[in-house]
Amino acid sequence: MAKERRSVESLSDLWRAGAEQAHREVEDDGVEQQRSKQAGRDDEMTIRFVLFVNKQGQTRLAQYYEHLSLDERRALEGEIVRKCLARTDQQCSFVEHRNYKVVYRRYASLFFLVGVDNDENELAILEFIHLFVETMDRHFGNVCELDIMFHLEKVHFMLEEMVMNGCIVETSKQNILAPIQLMEKTS
Amino acid sequence: MDTVEKIVEDFASDIALSPFSSGTSLREMIRAIRACKTAAEERAVVRRECAAIRTAISENEPELRHRNMAKLMFIHMLGYPTHFAQMECLKLIAAAGYPEKRVGYLGLMLLLDERQEVLMLVTNSLKQDLNHTNQFIVGLALCALGNICSAEMARDLSPEVERLVRSREVNTKKKAALCSIRIVRKVPDLAENFMGLAASLLKEKHHGVLISAIQLCTELCKASRDALEYLRKNCIEGLVRILRDVSNSSYAPEYDVSGIVDPFLHIRVLKLLRILGQGDADCSEYMNDILAQVATKTESNKNAGNAILYECVQAIMGIEATSGLRVLAINILGRFLSNRDNNIRYVALNMLMRAIAVDALAVQRHRTTILECVKDADASIRKRALELVYLLVNDTNVKPLTKELIDYLNIADPDFIGDLTVMICSIVEKFSQEKLWYLDQMFKVLSLAGNHVKDDICHALIVVLSNTAEFQGYSVRSLYKALQSYGKQGSLVRVAVWCIGEYGEMLVNNVGMLDREEPIKVTESDAVGAVEFALSRYSADVTTGAMCLVALLKLSSRFPSTSERVKQIVAQNKENVVLELQQRSIEFTSIIQRHQSIRSSLLERMPVLDEASYLVKRATATQTTISADKLAPTVTPGSLKLPNGVAKPTSAPLADLLDLSSDGAPASTVASTTTPNDFLQDLLGIGGVSSSTTGVTSTASTDILMDLLSIGSSPSQNGTPVTDFRHPGQAESKPVPAVPEAIDLFGSLSPETKPTPVVPQDMDLLDGLSSNTSVSGLENTTHPSITAFQSATLKITFDFKRKPGNPRVTTIHATFTNLTSSTFTDFIFQAAVPKFIQLRLDPASGNTVPANGNGSVTQGLNVTNNQQGQKPLAMRIRMSYKVNGEDRLEQGQVSNFPSGL
Repeated sequence: MAKERRSVESLSDLWRAGAEQAHREVEDDGVEQQRSKQAGRDDEMTIRFVLFVNKQGQTRLAQYYEHLSLDERRALEGEIVRKCLARTDQQCSFVEHRNYKVVYRRYASLFFLVGVDNDENELAILEFIHLFVETMDRHFGNVCELDIMFHLEKVHFMLEEMVMNGCIVETSKQNILAPIQLMEKTS
Repeated sequence: MDTVEKIVEDFASDIALSPFSSGTSLREMIRAIRACKTAAEERAVVRRECAAIRTAISENEPELRHRNMAKLMFIHMLGYPTHFAQMECLKLIAAAGYPEKRVGYLGLMLLLDERQEVLMLVTNSLKQDLNHTNQFIVGLALCALGNICSAEMARDLSPEVERLVRSREVNTKKKAALCSIRIVRKVPDLAENFMGLAASLLKEKHHGVLISAIQLCTELCKASRDALEYLRKNCIEGLVRILRDVSNSSYAPEYDVSGIVDPFLHIRVLKLLRILGQGDADCSEYMNDILAQVATKTESNKNAGNAILYECVQAIMGIEATSGLRVLAINILGRFLSNRDNNIRYVALNMLMRAIAVDALAVQRHRTTILECVKDADASIRKRALELVYLLVNDTNVKPLTKELIDYLNIADPDFIGDLTVMICSIVEKFSQEKLWYLDQMFKVLSLAGNHVKDDICHALIVVLSNTAEFQGYSVRSLYKALQSYGKQGSLVRVAVWCIGEYGEMLVNNVGMLDREEPIKVTESDAVGAVEFALSRYSADVTTGAMCLVALLKLSSRFPSTSERVKQIVAQNKENVVLELQQRSIEFTSIIQRHQSIRSSLLERMPVLDEASYLVKRATATQTTISADKLAPTVTPGSLKLPNGVAKPTSAPLADLLDLSSDGAPASTVASTTTPNDFLQDLLGIGGVSSSTTGVTSTASTDILMDLLSIGSSPSQNGTPVTDFRHPGQAESKPVPAVPEAIDLFGSLSPETKPTPVVPQDMDLLDGLSSNTSVSGLENTTHPSITAFQSATLKITFDFKRKPGNPRVTTIHATFTNLTSSTFTDFIFQAAVPKFIQLRLDPASGNTVPANGNGSVTQGLNVTNNQQGQKPLAMRIRMSYKVNGEDRLEQGQVSNFPSGL
């Protein structure tokens, strides 16, 4: 996705620095700039992001495996959340968005969304979401939205044990939870 | 970036205001945020918290670090900037304890990315942690490295990771293997270091290690051809064994998913097998048996089982499978397709798209089911199915399929009609051997979904219509009928109005009746009435309005009895607020009132449009992805794309196109701004086209009168055939070489008299318009090239092109030349402009600038100066590139732009 990277701050600095030197009558309050598209391989990874969103559309967890700027992230979250939340239970769990797919599943008031490549096995990602939820269930005991909010870092640790760099690394709940339990014991 | 600064300022004020908020715990902060009713309140809370955290950071309170990081993660998740805490992450990582490190690494992965300089600082900590004795700490470092590693870090830390892949700890092993994926992806050269390691990992028993190793193998196959061959030779047995073991193994509680052992491992193995078997018969044969076993034995009543089956089918379709195996796979898809679960149907459609390349016949068997899916309630399924239908269409089934699709247009979801219409139109065009069938289908689509039919489709339809004299009568009658019942469809109205204007007498006299037609009775005044109604209904749409006026004018000549009525209708628009319509109205009134003698010849039918050249034109237009609804203005760039960059006398097809864009169908609204001067020249027949297409070369003199008098010479000056049919006045002219054409035209203007008396006549038409001519002259002035930047190493020149019709827009063609003896790589050009200017950069022609000026890189810049004439162009530029791997940066300001840009 590294197509258009914006280095807004540095470029605006560049503009300002020069403006002072040149004493020209140019408005420096805003700068329109754009950087040419960089050629490069579109990083192929299976999972691009994992998002938890509640029924109101508020993000409860966001993990991206590719770099997006804050603005891009906000836009993306807004768009896909709107798309997914508008769908009914009878409709399928896959939504095509831009150049990738979003696989989502709803558990009570929480939506779990995973953005994947077009080549990815959608059904397997559904299983992955379920595995994640079961893992959280095992740790928190009937996990709810508040558990995730108040223990955000722990949920991240679990995700970290399950997914690295967009690839699934561990599928055994016991192995996923081992380091977290270890940490809780010691502290 | 303003917001960032604003937040920074606000922080400063907040620190002063609320010194106690540093005491809130994570829970309290979350509660406070949740209690917020509005976004503004939330922002305020976050700002307060951020301020507190910054104070804590500056006061260096280590005991709060852990908590602060947790808060920051939450704030980051909400979408607020948190970059100020980056150094805090580094401090936590450098701490000794596991919990601190854990939070530190997590923060690092969330708040940072590989593009930030801070990453350079973390490399050392990572290296230490990778060599740590505690396996959990090593695991943390591996995980972080796997998520954020950059190319440089990959090179630096690759030896450590290789060593850790050999570790005895399974947790370390699996993470190291996955970390290697990132390393190989960043630096593909390192792939060969990992080939042997990856192969040896496949002998492990632990699922986590296996799944990581398999993914590493997959990545290696993508990264290097050698690795692919190596793995084909050495790993195929191991992989087949893994798949056999996992699919035969009995219950394994830790990996069980609804009765199936580790579907994730299944799927990864199948994916890798697909890659290995692709185009390799030996490998494919080796895996035939196990694939057959998985395909037949896997339970399909649960999602996990279906996921495996799905992957298995993909593998079978990908490899050189036996026909028996393929039948098996297609049958599984058939079962999926009839499943009631939408998820399963979706993947089946997805899969059939790929299967069509392998076995089109087998997919055709499911055609009816697929067609049903087009009508599904679920948008995702509909979209997939529609794409599949498009692939399924062939000569034999196109008619029933199109009928089904068009029937469905009646009841389709409004959101879906757009996609569906585009698809139907392209199917109909692709298989349009029978003209009548094509016309019928197009009329149906226009009637049912005319608002979604793109302009280029309408243009193509009109070109076809113009070329098939035998169906013109039928077409105009069908369109007239359709107009009565579907007057709300914009494109239908345009096409119908055009046809009525051109072929009005066929409508009234029932010329060229087809057997299947029922005769209809349309009077001359009905025809005028239909156009008048369209004009009143679409008065807001300039294009349709203009087309209606032209049609009315033509009808007034075809049906003399309606002339008076037409005159009144046309006159109503004399005070129209839209310049284009007002102008047409005034001109047309003048034609009706004062130029009876030339009117009939002026308003003859359009000449037959050249189909071949239109198709060529259209193909290039789509290639350059210029949107069709701006067809008129695109003529200019189109002509500029000629090899030598200057319009050549080949613009005959251009002229054809131009005429289409205004008479045939929508001249876009942009066109209205360009027309005034074209118009003049059109009327005079001095090659209005040339003024827009030869924008680069200076046009002939701008003095209209002179042109008029020296009529013979001016077209040859322009060197362009005068074939602009934009105006009905030229309707009878044909695309023939310039000089005779112009004379011919004038001959027809006043058949009995010598050319001279024409002048006063035409001057009437020009009343009040002459001011435009000077504009047209200015627009086309060329600007000299400038050297925008020159240093000891690099030279940049700018060439300028102006868009006729829009003086604000300048196209700059930048050329970068390397003056040194070493090649520049990764060359990136950036530019910044003040706010009143808009800048759009096209992709550069390359990112390597060869040494010694042997060739150059070029890049297009589109600049819109919103204060053109008041403020000059200004631009600051920055060039970054690498010389022998070293980064270089140059910057400068361009202030020597030619004036007037």
